[in-house]
Amino acid sequence: MTTFSPELDERFRAAAAASGLLDVAFDILPDTPVGDLLVGVTDQGVCRIHFDPDPERELESLARQFGPRVLRSAKPVERVKLQLDDYFAGTLQSFEIDWDLRGLPAYNQRVLAELARVEYGSTTTYGALAKLTGNPRAARAVGTVMNRNPIPIVLPCHRVVGANGKLTGYAGGLDRKEKLLRLEGAML
Amino acid sequence: MIPPFETFYETHRTEVLRYLNSRLGGQRAEDAFQETFLRALRAYDRLEHADHLRAWILTIASRIAIDDVRRRRPTDELADEAIWHEDARPAFEELAPFTDGLPPKERAAVVLRYGYGLGYDEIGGALETSEAAARQAASAGVRRLRKEHA
Repeated sequence: MTTFSPELDERFRAAAAASGLLDVAFDILPDTPVGDLLVGVTDQGVCRIHFDPDPERELESLARQFGPRVLRSAKPVERVKLQLDDYFAGTLQSFEIDWDLRGLPAYNQRVLAELARVEYGSTTTYGALAKLTGNPRAARAVGTVMNRNPIPIVLPCHRVVGANGKLTGYAGGLDRKEKLLRLEGAML
Repeated sequence: MIPPFETFYETHRTEVLRYLNSRLGGQRAEDAFQETFLRALRAYDRLEHADHLRAWILTIASRIAIDDVRRRRPTDELADEAIWHEDARPAFEELAPFTDGLPPKERAAVVLRYGYGLGYDEIGGALETSEAAARQAASAGVRRLRKEHA
């Protein structure tokens, strides 16, 4: 009977990350205030945050987008994890992490870059974001980009609400959107 | 589609460790385990299909086990049954009796190429050599077989 020791497993995962060969390193952060999170990073920055992760599906999606060498490894994800911990504790307002949006359509990248400038504790609207990215009538398209945001929380799509101030929608569910906005002390 | 490395690793790690434990045991098996999956990781993005991943990783493990034994007993003439056998595979059973006399590397290349239909890039990854060298080993093996069975 072969026993597979956790030490051996962790040792390989650390060596794999240190080898610089991984396309994506990921980890699951359990029990955050918004539930379990899957966090993925590349050598360029954070590339994925997923609520209620179904690892099998997420890993395949990551492999398609970034390459097949996707492996769980805590070390490369640690920096993002610590900042998320601080964010949930209310002691961090602005993430200092690069992100990797490779493979996304240029329009999505432009809208997400604009989204990244929406400040902690404030909100904006789909229409306002559409105007900032060049097409004031594209509120619906902006909504779609928010819905497919690969890095929620760090790219704060929870800060985008309807023109009437209603929360409107959130890929992670409206409960989470409200929770994040309350955590930030945004006026609801 | 090639599965994410995580899935591949989770699927095969127990069997690889069991194999290496049977060949080397203890700390040496653990070192060889890490080297096996690192070598696989290095070649993984060059794989073109996912048809023979088990044969592939076990071949890598067997090469590493052989190298490890060689390093420690350089004068030993190693029997080439050190190459991993997947006896249930008919392709291998058909090939095995014919390839018995080949040097280990040529035998591995011939069996992987003609028994499993692996590409030379995959074989190169398994034997930790280049695609060209894998092609060369397979064709040298075939030449040798032709001579022997002529």
